[in-house]
Amino acid sequence: MKELLILSGKGGSGKTSIAACFAKLAPVNTALVDCDVDASNLPLLIPPLHTDESEFFAGTIPEFIPDLCVRCGKCASLCRYQVLIQNGNDLPYIIAGCEGCGVCADHCPKQAVRMVDRHCGYCMESTLDRDGMMFHARLLPGAENSGKLIAELRNRAKAYAEQQVCPLIISDGPPGIGCPVISSCAGVDHAVLVTEPTVSGLHDMQRLMQLLKQFEVPCSVIINKCDLNKDVCDSIREYCGEHQVEVLGELNFDPAFSIALRQGRTVLDLPGTPVADDIKTIWNKLKPIIM
Amino acid sequence: MKIAVASGKGGTGKTTVAIALAQCLAPDVLLVDCDVEEPNCHLFYPGIQPERSVAAEVTVPVFMDGKCTGCGKCVQACRFHALARLGKRILVFPEMCHSCGGCTMICPEGCLTEQPFHIGEKEFRPLPGGTTLLSGVMDVGRSQAPPLIRQLKALADESVCRNIVFDAPPGTSCPFVTTVQECDHVVLVTEPTPFGLHDLQLAVDVLRSLNVPCSVVLNRAGNDDENRIITDYCTANGLDLLWKIPYSRAVAEGYSCGKTLLDVMPEWKADVTALLQRIHQGGCR
Repeated sequence: MKELLILSGKGGSGKTSIAACFAKLAPVNTALVDCDVDASNLPLLIPPLHTDESEFFAGTIPEFIPDLCVRCGKCASLCRYQVLIQNGNDLPYIIAGCEGCGVCADHCPKQAVRMVDRHCGYCMESTLDRDGMMFHARLLPGAENSGKLIAELRNRAKAYAEQQVCPLIISDGPPGIGCPVISSCAGVDHAVLVTEPTVSGLHDMQRLMQLLKQFEVPCSVIINKCDLNKDVCDSIREYCGEHQVEVLGELNFDPAFSIALRQGRTVLDLPGTPVADDIKTIWNKLKPIIM
Repeated sequence: MKIAVASGKGGTGKTTVAIALAQCLAPDVLLVDCDVEEPNCHLFYPGIQPERSVAAEVTVPVFMDGKCTGCGKCVQACRFHALARLGKRILVFPEMCHSCGGCTMICPEGCLTEQPFHIGEKEFRPLPGGTTLLSGVMDVGRSQAPPLIRQLKALADESVCRNIVFDAPPGTSCPFVTTVQECDHVVLVTEPTPFGLHDLQLAVDVLRSLNVPCSVVLNRAGNDDENRIITDYCTANGLDLLWKIPYSRAVAEGYSCGKTLLDVMPEWKADVTALLQRIHQGGCR
């Protein structure tokens, strides 16, 4: 079983649009994962047919027991994240940002705080208009533990893929280089970085490549909107060359992406689009690397 | 006034708008780059090196051999799997640690002390016009952005500037929440696409649950038909759409080279000023 992850570092480079194209070109029983759980967009391009939703719990959150609490405020004084408020004779309460460390519960002199399971969001398993399944999620507003939710989605996708004849997982990754990306990329077979020829795109790609090197994830690059700036395009190619990273292809800016998006489709579904051929060429280069 | 510029969707133009706001509020403004995983604000001021860089550290436990009885209370107390016990020795995994202090507090023998652990840098750059850019740069390989963002916000609180503009990270989870909490107003930058709308809705939901007022800026705006996907949503949800930035190849090319919006289109300063006035008058809930 192989896992392919599409990342960018820089948001808005075209990661999801390209991931969706790869999903269409891959074997029909490929498992798809939307690891961008904060802002899950893959289902907008590959609409689910039927979705099973289950609650996702990770970590814990404190619950304050009114009859036992003496309003001493010790819990609030020990909270390192400043999310625990206790005023006067009021019961303590938490604001957004609790990390579930349990220090308040462990050190309450009256045992008036208990840690309860934290509902972070929903795991979703969807059938599609073809074989294969999509594993995606919905985080509750401002929820923590997105990394754990991503790990859960990947585990479910792996369990599904292992039953398939041609086991491949394609994941649409999150932006950035923090916990969600780390959770998405650990152990992945290959990452494709979609970048854009802007100073921001280059900068973000460089940091992401450093991260992937630390996690020993082999990667290659696609330069999207390459006609925007030839000089930065050259810099990207040069940087990739210096780091033995293959540039799989370069896509011109094409309004077809927006047009397809508004129709809830990929550019591959629009007839006669030049960029569609370029994407197919890139996929054909990628296939022997990952399959 | 503390204004955060956020979006939900990446790549809509947060940094672009944050810099434009700071340029119009200059000199009495501090610009804070809270996208600590991929900070970009400094790229628009390429000649300017940090005049000061402060190490960002959190505390992690350090185990001292000799007194451990192997009771395991520290491992039990840790909800983040940052400690493991081998006999009477404790192994610490600093990358997993959330610096809650729980293990150190609970050890009956005093075997654990807290030591600093480097997570990134806080860089101060003087910008043209007398303002300062404070950028958080997380070390590559660290997983948690919120601790560095909290440190940036604490530094911002010490500032004498009347205005603070926060360039927020993308997404709607903890890095975004940490940035926008306790801000007076959040400007949500979006684009007229289904992705833009979808992520805008998520961001608005979070802001409403946090009780932070917000308004919307539509970037890469097209004609009225193309924009309807966002304008209809704003109208239906009582959100002020404060500025429509037209799609412009010149702006996109300028952005690609590290030119600011107002470098390329200085005439748009009037729109930014008008936006700031509307915000000062009181944004929507």
